[in-house]
Formats: sequence, structure tokens, C-alpha cells
Amino acid sequence: MDATDPALHALVDRVERARRDGAFLCLRGGGTKDFYGEAPQGEVLDTRLLHGTPSYEPTELVVTTRCGTLLAELEALLATQGQCLPFEPPHFAAGATVGGMIAAGLSGPSRASAGSVRDHVLGATVLNGNGEVLSFGGQVIKNVAGYDVSRLMVGAMGTLGLILEVSLKVLPLPRASATLRFAFDQATALTRLNAWGGMPLPLEASAWWDGSLIVRLRGAEAAVQSAALRLGGERIEDRAADAFWNGLRNHADEFFQHAHGAVRDGALLWRVGVPQTAPVLELDGETLIEWHGAQRWLVSTLPAAQVRAATTEVGGHATLFRAASKEAGVFTPLVPPLDRIHRQLKQSFDPAGIFNPGRLYAGL
Amino acid sequence: MNAPLPTAVAEDAAERVQRQADVVAALGAVLPPHALLWHREDTVPYECDGLTAYREQPLVVALPETESQVAAVLRVCHALDVPVVARGAGTGLSGGALPHKRGVTLSLAKFNRIVRLDPKARTATVQCGVRNLAISEAAAPLGLYYAPDPSSQIACSIGGNIAENSGGVHCLKYGLTLHNVLKVRGYTAAGEAVTFGSEALDAPGYDLMSVLVGSEGMLAVIVEATVRLIPKPQVARCIMASFDDIRKAGDAVANVIAAGIIPAGLEMLDKPMAAAVESFVHAGYDLEAAAILLCESDGNIEEVEEEIGRMAAVMESSGASRIEVSENEAQRLRFWSGRKNAFPASGRISPDYMCMDSTIPRKRLADMLLAIQKMEQTHALRCVNVFHAGDGNLHPLILFDANDPDQLHRAERFGADILEASVEMGGTVTGEHGVGIEKLSSMCVQFSPAEREQMLALKRAFDPKGLLNPGKVIPSLVRCAEYGKMHVKRGLLPFADLPRF
Repeated sequence: MDATDPALHALVDRVERARRDGAFLCLRGGGTKDFYGEAPQGEVLDTRLLHGTPSYEPTELVVTTRCGTLLAELEALLATQGQCLPFEPPHFAAGATVGGMIAAGLSGPSRASAGSVRDHVLGATVLNGNGEVLSFGGQVIKNVAGYDVSRLMVGAMGTLGLILEVSLKVLPLPRASATLRFAFDQATALTRLNAWGGMPLPLEASAWWDGSLIVRLRGAEAAVQSAALRLGGERIEDRAADAFWNGLRNHADEFFQHAHGAVRDGALLWRVGVPQTAPVLELDGETLIEWHGAQRWLVSTLPAAQVRAATTEVGGHATLFRAASKEAGVFTPLVPPLDRIHRQLKQSFDPAGIFNPGRLYAGL
Repeated sequence: MNAPLPTAVAEDAAERVQRQADVVAALGAVLPPHALLWHREDTVPYECDGLTAYREQPLVVALPETESQVAAVLRVCHALDVPVVARGAGTGLSGGALPHKRGVTLSLAKFNRIVRLDPKARTATVQCGVRNLAISEAAAPLGLYYAPDPSSQIACSIGGNIAENSGGVHCLKYGLTLHNVLKVRGYTAAGEAVTFGSEALDAPGYDLMSVLVGSEGMLAVIVEATVRLIPKPQVARCIMASFDDIRKAGDAVANVIAAGIIPAGLEMLDKPMAAAVESFVHAGYDLEAAAILLCESDGNIEEVEEEIGRMAAVMESSGASRIEVSENEAQRLRFWSGRKNAFPASGRISPDYMCMDSTIPRKRLADMLLAIQKMEQTHALRCVNVFHAGDGNLHPLILFDANDPDQLHRAERFGADILEASVEMGGTVTGEHGVGIEKLSSMCVQFSPAEREQMLALKRAFDPKGLLNPGKVIPSLVRCAEYGKMHVKRGLLPFADLPRF
């Protein structure tokens, strides 16, 4: 991008004006995650103004792309070179953008094995609340020059600045894949997943729901075939398997369709993050387990305090992912001194409190 | 600058003695007598880390044995506005643990206990002073290991690894320290207990782990970490390929990646480096080659067989003049022995060497080697090169004799030239050794004033008084002005300099 790019000028002007006028800005791409986090506030700033992929170097395993680039377009571009975003970011609807992917920091089914969005960020250029365009990190895998500010943007819900451009590590598409199904109850599924995780197997994704454990093996052809033989189970043919994993990734499968209906009727959809070895959580409701036990989706009508208490007890946290009312607070409250550090970080990036106020926590 | 007047020096010394007495008295109330050093002869071992060119006498060295003592030391220092420099094994290569002359060096060497190995969760919870290799050794009976393996792994501690976001030779496939640490416990500058991350795969709020790892002890003092262990691959095999042309070797690196292969390790040595290590360890390196690549595959037996075949085909089609594939573990280790001994081998052929640590895009490896050859002539010094080619991290070793002040000066300029060339090629001034004190000036080249100010503001959010390892990593505006080199602009940056902002 050259210094005369009108889109960048427009964004900077907008931030400058907001700062002058004491206005709030709601950073928004495709709006596919409007439902996520605390309620959006402020005038909408459409980040799709700045889009495109200035550089993609397959042999460097790096792509640099702008906030407004459609995630679907980016993934299609990578696929032309046999590469992908290994963390499988969700598309909750058509129109999801790169900026939203970074800001929300959500990863898909492969996360436990392949790493998270944050793990694949190499660098970012951001616009802070003072209207300054700042670059951190870079386009190389090893980089310890200064604090890793680019990765701090991941999951910050846009409260620290407007992500203009991001460099991501990409990887070759897996050469082989196999999906297996096992009839296990929840406790057995968790035990098996923990045991398999300690073996040199290409276990890449897993999902347990309603008495079925589905696992995906991915990697070199020889490794996948020998692991499939070793694990047993019922082999699911590729097309059905792809449909299943995509549905799970994008929350379009049967469990989430049911969950969305239940939310309309007043239930809460929780994303519970726990250690992989946490036992079956004794919470009434429908549960789907991903990430080899580390991510548990719960549809429940239990009081929020009860869900949070049960997850905190096992060393985890619970996010109110979808709900008609979010009175209980979307994200698990921070303990001191982390809450103070959060407030001071916000102050240091966005002193006037322009960006996405309250979207992550009140006061940020 | 004018030399200070003698009376000012005397006043300074007297003030230091007074300050030292105050700090010793205050810390004496919270530490047992043997955990507090301040006599010069006792503190000498702490005056530098692995970067021995920079030395400073700490005011006091504190060696706490319990977490409550760590917290108490921090609270005392916070109350007295005394800087604190945390120190692990002291193997760092950028002066990150260089003492502060008006500060306390907080040695965490006594925190060397493996707290818990959890085979089911595949995690190790260790105190910060535990050595990197000790984690893998303890996990070996479980068939697990800790992946990041900096070359100093027999000596360096996990606390220092977290401070530097250490890498090693397997980063492309297995990630950096950041990717392998789940949870860190420690204390803020004010001595409050704090936990970053969690044993779940994420934690609520900002991803503070991202900035904590690699912050060189400037944001918090850590005492315990929970790290991820991974199953040991069944087998590893290595290809050693020779090239008669540096460009062909550089292309081979790109071609391996383009073929969709992520090697477990991919290293490059140039001809002078191969000669230096060969006479040291007799690894069987091809002394005729302009460059040698070591390319490793790991996994189960079938997948390694498959991958080695594909790698060898790429090496061949890229014009390798000689290819050897390890047939057994002894041979594989022999291939690696040369690479692993690059530093000591350089120490044998030169009184001193300066190790650089920049990273560049892989495709520029050959350009960089050729540029370094030119710089050898400009500065009239030799340079031998080992690269983590898989991730573009360079370790040129500039050979010089520190007894000759002009050689030292030329070596420093040589190093600065390499770092600037790296930034110009789209890279970074440090890949894994950290900025510390050594590369402060180079940070002026890589970051704009506004970027540096944002990083300083970030530090203040964690440490409002600026007491943790002050003066490292982020150079002041004044220092950059004195260095006199503009930062090299990249990407969207030209905008930051427009008057309108």
C-alpha cells in the first residue's frame, strides 16, 4: 500500500474525528459475529473499506492481507497453492472478514492439534486510538524484536485498535485425511482422547456428541492409514466427513442448529474452555465436546453463576456465546491484578476509549 | 560528552554506598543472610550473562528460595524504587540479564524443581530455573518431550526461554516457546501474584501470554510454568545435501516448502563454517561444497520413509552435488554434530566471534550470504555462517580479536550492517536471542518512534514505575537520535511519518 491509499486515509480520518468529537466507533466487517461478545456500541466503521492481499508467498508460508478481505476469498487464494489456514476459523455466515477473525480470535475443530489463530499471526499493522499507524512483528516465523503486540490483538474484540493488515503463517493442506466414528459415552470418549493424545498419532480434530465420538486423522498418507488401522472404529467416507467437519466449524451442524433454536427459547449457549483432562462436567444440558476435551459447548438453562462456578473449579472459564440476554456478562470476569493490567493496556492503546467500548468487558 | 568532574564521581560513589546499605537493610528483613550478596567479590559472577562484552556490577544480588521471598523482594524494591533484573541460568546472548548498576539482580537459580509431570494431560509444571533439557529428560520415560530446543538447552532455564521466546532447530514444525507454554505464574513489579494463560487452551480477556513471552523480564517476574509435552516421534532421519552454488542451496530450501513439506529441521552451513566444524568434530561434511543443507524428517517409520523420499527428490532436482541419508541414529547424530558445534568450532579458529541472530524471508538466504561476503571485504573481517534455513533465522559468526580495539569496532559495524540488511530484506533484527542491551540501536532501525512509544506504554501497563529490567529492549528516543539512522520503512509504515498524524 502506498502512502496515498484513500481507504487508509479515510480510516485514519474517521478515527481522528472520533477522537476529536469524543465519539465511539464500532469496528465492523461483515457483521457475521455481531452476536458475539457484549453489545456493539458506537457508530459503525466499516472495515471492508480496506481490503486485498498485498503479498502471498507460498514458499515462505506467509500471506499478508488486509482487514476487509473476505475470509472465503483468502482461503480460496491459499487453496490455489495447496495451502490453508490450519486453525480453521469459523464462517458463521457469508461475509466473514480477516479483521473479524483476528479480533474475535475464534479457531475451529483443528485447534487443539494445529494451534490457534494467535499461534499463526506473524505480524500486524494497527491503527491505535491516537490515529497512529503502527507495525509489529513481521513476515518471518522467528522474531523477538520488541513485545509481540501483533498477537495481543487476537481476541481483543477490537478494543485495542483497528487491525489494518495482518501477516499469517499458512501451511500446506494435509496430504491425507481419515474420519472415524466410535460409539462411546462422554467419559469413555474423554479417557480415550487423553490416551491417544499421548501417542505419536496424527490425531487432528475430535468431536463428541450424543454417544458418538468422531475423530479426524490428518497428515502423511502412511501415517494416517496406519493410525486408522490402529484406532479401529467405523470409517466415514470423505464427502460425509467433510460435510460434518465444515458444519461443526461453521456452527451449521445439527447440534448448533438445535442450540440456536434453544437460545431463541431462552436457553444459553456456553463455550466452556477447560483443561483437556477435566472430567465430565455435571451441568444439566446438551453438550458437544471438541479439541480433545478442551472445548465444551453447553446448551443449558442453568443460572450463569452455576456454570461459571463449575468451570472455574476445574481450571477453566465459560463464555456466554449466544444468549437472548447477556446480563450475566459474556466473558468470565478477570481477577486482580489482571483486570488492572487490562484497563491500563486499553488506556495505552486507546486513551480516548474510541474503539468498541464495552465489547469485551465494561470499561475497556 | 565531557567527563564528569572528580567531585561528582565521589558524590556518585557515596550515594551508591548509601543506597546499597539501604537496600541491603531492607532486603535483609525479608531474606536469610546467605540469600543476599553485595560485596564485590561475591557479585562478580553476576556481572554479565552469555554476552560477555557488556558488564555491570549489580548493587545487590538476591537469591530467594521461596515464592514468598520473591514477592517480598519485589515489594521492597517497589517501595524503594529500585530496579529489578531477573536472572535465570545467565546463558542469554543479548545481555538481557545485564545487571542494573542501581538495581537488584534477582537470581531465580534456586527455583529448579520439576513440580509435576502429568502424562494424561501431557504437561510439565516446572519452576522457572529448571533447565530446558531437564524437562525432556524427565518426560522421556513417558514417551514425551518438550519441543523447543535452543542450542544452549543443556544449560538454559525455562524462565529464560520464556523471557526470550526461544526457538531452536525445530521451530518450523513445532513452534516457538510461545506455542508450547500453557500457563505461567509469577509476580508483578509490585509483588502481586499473577497467573497468565491457563491449562485450558485459552483464557478470558487479552492474550497477555503473547506479550509476556519474549518480553525479556520487563513485564513480570515468573516463577513457574506449565508447558506442553508432545509424543516423541518414533524415528527421525536426516538428509545431508551438498551444493556447489549458494543460490542452488537457497532455491532448494524454497523448493522443499513449495513441495508441501514441513521438515522437522532444515539447516544450512556455508563453506567456511563446514571447514571449521569438520576439523573440530569430523562429521563427514563435504569440504568442496559452497553450502550444505541438513534436512530432517520425523514421525512414524512409514511417514518418515515417504517424506525422506520426497525431500531427497527435491534436493536432487534442485541440483545437489551430493546427497547422503542417515541410515541409523548414530549417523543422524553425526550429521548434526557439526551443526550443533558451530559455535565452539568458531571459537577454535578465532580469538573472538560475534554471533548475529536476524531473520529474513527464506527466499533471500542466498542474497544475504552474498551480501555478507561483500561485507567481509568492506570490514576486512571473516564471517562464517550457520542458518536455521527452515525459518530464515541467520547466525552469522563474525570472527575478530577483541584485543584489537579497531577489530572490535569493525566487528560491531559489520554486525549492524547485517541487521540493517535483514530489515531491508523484510526481516527482523533478532529471531531468538532477544534485543537485550546488544541490539537496542538496531531497534531504532526496525521500529518508528510511535511504535517504540506504544511498546513503552505497554510496559507501563504492567509495570507503571518502570522497575523491571529497565533500559533493555526498547530504546529511548534520545538513543535513537544519537544512533542517527532512520528506521527502515515497511508496508503501511510510510503513513506514520506524514505530518497529519
